[in-house]
Amino acid sequence: MTLSFAILAGLTVGSAVAAMSLRNLVHCALGLVLTFAGLAGLYLQLNAEFVGFTQILVYVGAVAILIVFAILLTRGTEPANEPAAVSPWAGLPVAVLAFLAMAAAVLASPVGKRLAAPVPEVSVKTLGQKLMTDYVLPLEVLALLLTAAMLGAVIIAMKDKEDLQ
Amino acid sequence: MTPLSGYLLVSALLFCIGLAGALTRRNAIMVLIGIELMLNAANLNFIAFWRFSEHPETQTGLMFALFSIAIAAAEAAVGLALIITIYRHFRTANVDKVEAMKG
Repeated sequence: MTLSFAILAGLTVGSAVAAMSLRNLVHCALGLVLTFAGLAGLYLQLNAEFVGFTQILVYVGAVAILIVFAILLTRGTEPANEPAAVSPWAGLPVAVLAFLAMAAAVLASPVGKRLAAPVPEVSVKTLGQKLMTDYVLPLEVLALLLTAAMLGAVIIAMKDKEDLQ
Repeated sequence: MTPLSGYLLVSALLFCIGLAGALTRRNAIMVLIGIELMLNAANLNFIAFWRFSEHPETQTGLMFALFSIAIAAAEAAVGLALIITIYRHFRTANVDKVEAMKG
């Protein structure tokens, strides 16, 4: 295990715990930004440069901003004395059990001990060529989905006519 | 060089943190953040398996992760729009207090 991997993994997991456990929602969103940035660092370490920069652009740039906006728009109604989470006994054992099962499977598998192959030839050019040849149908479907999601989000969040009057 | 199991363990931890948050938090936005964390854990798995595969030059894992990021962005936009509409209607984002589906 290299030092850079340990630092990035610690940052990612620690900020994810902070994002899920802090009381103040804005602090949670900041923890989430750190998690996304740590994941982008892990992608860069795995030689997936384009996906790493996409992660920063889409998650840190867009999704985190969306979440902050939603937090600010729905704020002010949370009573301060109410606990932020239901009793931890409801969900924590499920999550711990799921982790133990996955960790046991990972550690028992011979695939887990595999070391990385030599750095593959991946450039933005080859990725673009793949997207325009082998993956052109998924790409077009995705464009349609993004348009539909954008229209849907605008229509859902639009004010009702009765609300305006 | 870190073996594959290191990345898989980080990804499993992230998934379970997201799962615990999505199951226990009351605020709908926090539930959505938990789901985003789980999606990101899956993405890390795609990239790790791609990097450690025997034929990384096929770039399948990279493509899957790219498409998955785009779909997660669409999901976040629609989910937050739904939360804002629910907040406007019920004046709360607490998932325990939103009980009625009709009007």
